[in-house]
Amino acid sequence: MPPPEAEAIAEQVFVALADPSRRAILAALAAGGPATATDLAGRLPITRQAIAKHLALLAEAGLVMAEPGERRRVRYRLRSAPMQVAQQFLAALARDWDGPLDALKGHLEQQVR
Amino acid sequence: MAFPDRIERTVEIAHPPAEVWAALTTAEGLSAWFGQEASIDLRPGGSAWMKWDSGHTADMRVERVEEPTVFGFTWHIYGLPEDDPRRTYVEFTLEPAGAGTRLTVVESGFAQLSEDAHRAAYDGNTRGWASELGELADYLDAAA
Repeated sequence: MPPPEAEAIAEQVFVALADPSRRAILAALAAGGPATATDLAGRLPITRQAIAKHLALLAEAGLVMAEPGERRRVRYRLRSAPMQVAQQFLAALARDWDGPLDALKGHLEQQVR
Repeated sequence: MAFPDRIERTVEIAHPPAEVWAALTTAEGLSAWFGQEASIDLRPGGSAWMKWDSGHTADMRVERVEEPTVFGFTWHIYGLPEDDPRRTYVEFTLEPAGAGTRLTVVESGFAQLSEDAHRAAYDGNTRGWASELGELADYLDAAA
């Protein structure tokens, strides 16, 4: 069985990704690197207040990390470790054995015996 | 949530184990049904790879070779960074079934946890403080 903490981490990632605003924030951090709430508000069609609320939630879940930025502003950095835990779960769902096994049967059946 | 740590499939194949074994454990066999190109050094610890026209490559490490009943290898978990040490273990078991073969494939290890993930799970205190200090700085910035 998977360790319970892996389940909990993956769940937080999937909950975060289920919301379009949080998805947009995470995508912006992944694409452009660490950013402040103000930077993100300038780039996304989301109010700064809503962004700050989502960032607090994402930081609480460990998906982003607050760090000191320039002029005492807080920057948020994407944390990749939880994403990699979630990726493992997706890997199990994305693994296709049915296709290759059908191909194996097909390959052996067309062989001249 | 209950995600699988292991995936298991069994198929009945109308060919004897020796033929199925050759399809699973030779470069010629693997490239005919699995990859588009393949190479294999068939001994425990030996390396093997498959390539596809899409440019995707799978590097494998041979783990178990018990002709013609058990063939096992490990490979990288698809989608994780190249330097991630986690690998899943794939084991094929061949059993005679009449004139054919019952082939079972088990891939396990999807739910193993890396060092990074352990840190992710246990650094909650540091994170909480960083986040509260962040809110304070934000508040001071807004008030300035």
